[in-house]
Parts: sequence; C-alpha cells; structure tokens
Amino acid sequence: MTSLVIAEHDNASIKPATLNTVTAAAACGGDVHVLVAGEGAAAAAAAAAQIAGVSKVIHADGASLKDGLAENVAAQVLAIASSYSHILFPSTAAGKNVAPRVAAKLDVAQISDITKVDAPDTFERPIYAGNAIATVQSADAVKVITVRTTGFDAAAATGGSAAVEAVAAVADSGKSAFVGREVTKSERPELTAAKIIVSGGRALGSAEKFTEVMSPLADKLGAAIGASRAAVDAGYAPNDLQVGQTGKIVAPQLYIACGISGAIQHLAGMKDSKVIVAINKDPEAPIFSVADYGLEADLFTAVPELVKAL
Amino acid sequence: MKVLVPVKRVVDYNVKVRVKSDGTGVDIANVKMSMNPFDEIAVEEAVRLKEKGLVTEVIVVSCGVAQCQETLRTAMAIGADRGILVETDVDLQPLAVAKLLKALVDKEQPGLVILGKQAIDGDNNQTGQMLAALTDLPQATFASKVEVAGDKVSVSREVDGGLETLSLSIPAIITTDLRLNEPRYVTLPNIMKAKKKQLDTFKPEDLGVDVAPRLKTLKVAEPAKRGAGVKVADVAALVDKLKNEAKVI
Repeated sequence: MTSLVIAEHDNASIKPATLNTVTAAAACGGDVHVLVAGEGAAAAAAAAAQIAGVSKVIHADGASLKDGLAENVAAQVLAIASSYSHILFPSTAAGKNVAPRVAAKLDVAQISDITKVDAPDTFERPIYAGNAIATVQSADAVKVITVRTTGFDAAAATGGSAAVEAVAAVADSGKSAFVGREVTKSERPELTAAKIIVSGGRALGSAEKFTEVMSPLADKLGAAIGASRAAVDAGYAPNDLQVGQTGKIVAPQLYIACGISGAIQHLAGMKDSKVIVAINKDPEAPIFSVADYGLEADLFTAVPELVKAL
Repeated sequence: MKVLVPVKRVVDYNVKVRVKSDGTGVDIANVKMSMNPFDEIAVEEAVRLKEKGLVTEVIVVSCGVAQCQETLRTAMAIGADRGILVETDVDLQPLAVAKLLKALVDKEQPGLVILGKQAIDGDNNQTGQMLAALTDLPQATFASKVEVAGDKVSVSREVDGGLETLSLSIPAIITTDLRLNEPRYVTLPNIMKAKKKQLDTFKPEDLGVDVAPRLKTLKVAEPAKRGAGVKVADVAALVDKLKNEAKVI
C-alpha cells in the first residue's frame, strides 16, 4: 500500500498545504510518495524530498505542466496512478480542480475535503456547510481524496531524504490554454496558513474603511486579513480573502471577526479556529454563539482602541 | 450552439439542518428545498449567452426524485427552453451524476455545459470535473467571467491568490463561482410560461448508466460543539482575556 501526494508548488518552493496533505497520506498507512509536476520545478522537487515521512519524489518536468492545467496534470497523475492505493490532493483551488478528473478516469468515487482518516478506507468529512460530519467508506481499489488542510498538522518541512525520480512529462492536451494570471499582492501572511486572522464584514461600509480599520490591527498582530462574502461582494475586499463554505477554510489560533453577523456559510470556514473573538454592535448577531469572547461595540471605535491597547 | 445546464434540488441555503438522532443522515423531511445557488448562477449565465445571440437553446437537466421537476420549472422560468429529468430514488453520488450527464451530452451534443462549482448539501465540488473527464472535454472550474468568441471560450477563474484566465476550445465544461453573475428573480408570467415548456423524463436505465452509490456512509454526526463563550465589557477586558486567559497574543 503506497500513497501518492500531488504537491502544490510554484515551481520554486512547496506550498504549505502539501505538508498537511503528507500527514493525511501517512495516516492512510504505507509509504508516501510525492508528485511534483511543473516546469523548471527542480527546486520544488528538492524541497519535497526534504519533507519528513516522504520516501520518494516523482518529478515530472515539461512545458505542458507549467500552468497546472487540469487536463495535463490529471493525465500526468494517471500515467503513474497504477502503483498507488491512495492518491491525495490538498483541498485547494488547484487540488479540487484536478482530483475529480483523476477519479472519474479511474472510475472511482472521489472523497472531498477529508478532516480525519479513521481507517485506510474510512474517512470523515464535513457536509452541509460543516453542520454535519459524515463518515464514509470507500470500496474502490484506489482512493482519490482531497484533504482539508486545516484538519491535519503540517509534516516537518525538513528532516527527510527522499530520492527524486524524474519521469517524462505528458503531452499537452491541446484543448485548453493558459492566458494569464492576476495575482493579488500582499505582504501579509497567507490566509490559510496564518496563526492570527482579522476578518471584516459588511459593517465596514467601504473599501477605504475596510483598509483603514483592518490594516492597523492586522499589522499590529502580524495577522492575515480575511473577509466575509458580504464584504467581498460589496467590493470592500478582493475575493481571495473570502472565508467561508465557498471561500477559504481556516483554523488559526485566533480569529477576530469584526462587523460579521455570522451566517452559517461564514461559520463553515472558521469555526475550527482555536479562539474566536467577535466585535459587533448587534447583540443578536449569530457570531456571538460561536465566539469565545464577544465584545458588543461599534467596530469603528472598538478596533482602533484595540490597536492602541495592544 | 446548445448549452446544457445541470441543476440540483437541495435543502435551501437558509435552513439550519439537523442531524438525525440515529446517525443515518440529515433530516430533510418537511424542510424547504430550492435550487442549489451555484446552479442558479449557471442557468443565469446560459440565459445571458442566449440573450446575446451566442446560444440557440438552453436545456436544463436534473437528476433525482420526481420533485426535481419543480427545480427544472424554476430554471425554465429564469429562461431555459426545455428540461430533462432523470428520475431515480437512488442516492446519487457525483460520479453517477457525471455518468448520467455524459449520456445526455452524447445525445444532445451541447457546445457548453455550465454547472455550479459545488452543491451546498454534499459540498463535493466534483461533478463538473468528472463530466469533463468522462467526455474528454476541457474544463474551466470556478468561473467568474465567461466570454464566447467563435470556437473558443475564454474563462476567468477564481484561484487561490487571485484570478487566472484560460482559453478552451468548444465544446467545453464550465463550473460557476459566486461572482459570475447575479441571478434574476423569476416573474409570475414567466413562471406561468415555464409550465408549458417541454420536460422529458428518463430513467437511469434508459441512458444505460449504473447509478449505485460507490461510497458508503457509515454515519452522520453533529460536529463538536464549541464551549459557551463570554461577553466582555470593553476593549481592555478583551485584551486582558486574550493575553492572560487564552494566551493567544
């Protein structure tokens, strides 16, 4: 029994989500191999070889894999899939894009967003926006899985010494092409990996106010900034900051929700945080039912006061 | 070209679901059902493409129990031209739905299939990608912008860290993200008109698809409850609690 982890990387380094996925793969039992598929990704492959618990890195390098197109990455995984009992992807935009494609080609069910491995064929996963936890058992020969990264600890990024094996890259499918990318620039920690997150909602009123009120708090705490869907839809924050069922799933040490009512779709993305603080002037806001510490106050006075007090 | 839009009947997104006490599932008897919100966005997008003259016919399809007809009628009230119901009482998993849809794609030969990115009940986010794999068509998931030009479709996708744009050759599979559009409200005259639109019903056997579930649900449980929190009087008390009690800052 051997597991294959599909690494999330930017060709130069391995993304943290890969480390959590390696831990989940180890929990399935057996050896853990990592596939690094990209172009000019030797540095990422070398980094993957350092991850504790990884016994082999498979490095596929070629122009067809440069931009992570689902058609090509799935074909690359399928080219080596026959040796594995488990194929695991991090549950990121890239992982979710490719994993079901691999599963369908193998004619197996895919198991999304697992939070726990009970047995090599039995997994726990949240359904209905995290309002229920289903335990599912797969009878398929190969388990194709996406891993909710906040459900597993990160494997140590160093201490391993896996061999790197090069394999030929697959040919381009010719059916899709990469055109361009618009990256949101940020000097703050990455949302899904941050220890502290300060999150703003519709109550902030405008994009200017959002930045003006939330940035000093984030800077003071070294925190990442998140946003509710209402704030994103209103254009106060870019959409990759959205925390919730359809945005990012986070579980930081401290989550400070400012002016967020706490709809179930938002709670689904943050209720596994260790400590939740809610600042809201509506005493009836549902966010108070999950908050460890609630402050009933106008955020425009409370947040600056909080920045001063820290 | 034709556009095929699969829609799913799910528990309304405002309903707080309850887990059954015997742990066999979620209690959905007598709960309000509606169209999966991402699917509404998919129907809206297809209808807008038709209004721009880029599409000749919008076909909506739903797989599941007989009541899925209501969901199809809603989609037709938004502007879809006709509906297909694949009727079964079996609990359909994404792979089974993808296979049913593949059979319909083979039959109808649409230029685009537009699906929601995920259904808010199973939260799987699989069906579109699986359909793309089974039909061997290119895919663009989590779309926030779709532009059809000749035999290509350009799609902006929401990815971690920003947006990326892909160009796919048609036929292609697209799944919608929340920001693609704002679905219109259905009007009463359109609801009345939708009742007269064509709705064909098939069984999975008619399409030659085995829909038996592949994953077995052993149990469904309530998530761990969070301990009751406290309300603090002011900012000073909050900082004190965070520093000395929770020790997180």
